[in-house]
Amino acid sequence: MFLQDGGAKTVQYLDFLSPGLYNYWIVIFLMMVGFYIVISRGNLVKKLVGLNIFQTSVFVLYISMGKVEGGTAPIFGEGFNTFSNPLPHVLILTAIVVGIATTALGLSLVVRIREEYGTIEEEDIHAQEDESL
Amino acid sequence: MAVTAISIVRMKNLFAVVMMGGIYSLLSALIFVNLDAVDVAFTEASVGAGISTVLMLGTLALTSREEKQEKKSSHKIWLPLAVCIATGAALVYGTLDMPLYGDPNAPIHQHVAPRYLTESIDEVGMPNVVTSVLASYRGFDTLGETTVVFTAVVGVLILLTGRRRREKHEPTLEELEEQEDEV
Amino acid sequence: MIQRKPILRVTSKVFMPFILLYALYVQFHGDFGPGGGFQAGVIFGSSFILYALIFGLHDAKLVLPSAVLEILSALGVLVYAGTGVVSFFMGSNFLNYNALAHDALHGQHYGILLVELGVGITVFSSMTLIFYVFAGRGR
Repeated sequence: MFLQDGGAKTVQYLDFLSPGLYNYWIVIFLMMVGFYIVISRGNLVKKLVGLNIFQTSVFVLYISMGKVEGGTAPIFGEGFNTFSNPLPHVLILTAIVVGIATTALGLSLVVRIREEYGTIEEEDIHAQEDESL
Repeated sequence: MAVTAISIVRMKNLFAVVMMGGIYSLLSALIFVNLDAVDVAFTEASVGAGISTVLMLGTLALTSREEKQEKKSSHKIWLPLAVCIATGAALVYGTLDMPLYGDPNAPIHQHVAPRYLTESIDEVGMPNVVTSVLASYRGFDTLGETTVVFTAVVGVLILLTGRRRREKHEPTLEELEEQEDEV
Repeated sequence: MIQRKPILRVTSKVFMPFILLYALYVQFHGDFGPGGGFQAGVIFGSSFILYALIFGLHDAKLVLPSAVLEILSALGVLVYAGTGVVSFFMGSNFLNYNALAHDALHGQHYGILLVELGVGITVFSSMTLIFYVFAGRGR
């Protein structure tokens, strides 16, 4: 998408301005946003949303690595010769569904914590633990 | 997409956070379509924007809607941010050695994928390579993933079905001792 | 239950069969276009979640009791593994579908169909069951 008509050949390998690495940088930015939510917020539901963002950024990383310039979706048809790499698609396809299943498990843990402690804030839980000691 | 992610960080209302999460999933599905991964986009749109939003809302109904307003000391904001920026910088340095976007000569396209693309029509006979790789070449993998989904459901059932412990009266230790004394 | 929200009830009633049909299409057309067991299971499950959201959990459980779903989610994994075992006994490797029919291509076709069916059943019943549990917890 970024590299068209011969410009790709002239791009230097370690050129900082090369547009060929933008996809990784976007992924890293999203990943760090998710990471920041996970480590800085005390709310358990918000932590799970942050984990989801992190997860999706990894999905984008895999899929963008499987992309081939000028390729189409890997379904055979008349007149198509180049396809993007099907292997990352398969891995991510299953990972998404497994991801929602594990997220549901995490959410059910949150619900149980709420029933036991009456709160879903990390600090309040720690405070209650300290009191009970 | 980045804007949505940032706004999720800023927002305190968990209901809005969950809604933004749905929008984020839908946007990422659009990106997957752009990257020629139609199967993945399909899954992400139905799972991420559909089911996961519903589940998050269900959790919110059982817990609370607002994140607690707290006054944060400055190191509580800056320390995670510094950690994130440092990690991000290290990762960006790592990407400088990565192959360019859409490069057909990247190592990922050299090894297994050509065989899937050239021979699966003779070996499996399916036009959709993703399906044939998913179910045939990597059948063990998918069997494991299915089992993981099943196991997660069993875990949810164990955690959330059954009586609530708070509602039934649990005898405390003192009461038990009193009963023993009476006997 | 009092008849509330007539628009929602009527539209969801109209949409339900189409969603189910679409899920079946995605399930069995996954060989030729985008789709497959994972997506079909999610779409099938989401139609029941829609039903439960609008008509109430009690009515949805009358249509599809959670005991049935528990059995189904185990059955899906069994169908998958069973396909592998059948191919095993017909003289091939575990999960190698070549031996399932007279020639290899047909065997692959049947094998993939069965395996995708197993995946679809498990994912569908899992998603619906998770929603039932979450929705039923509040009351």
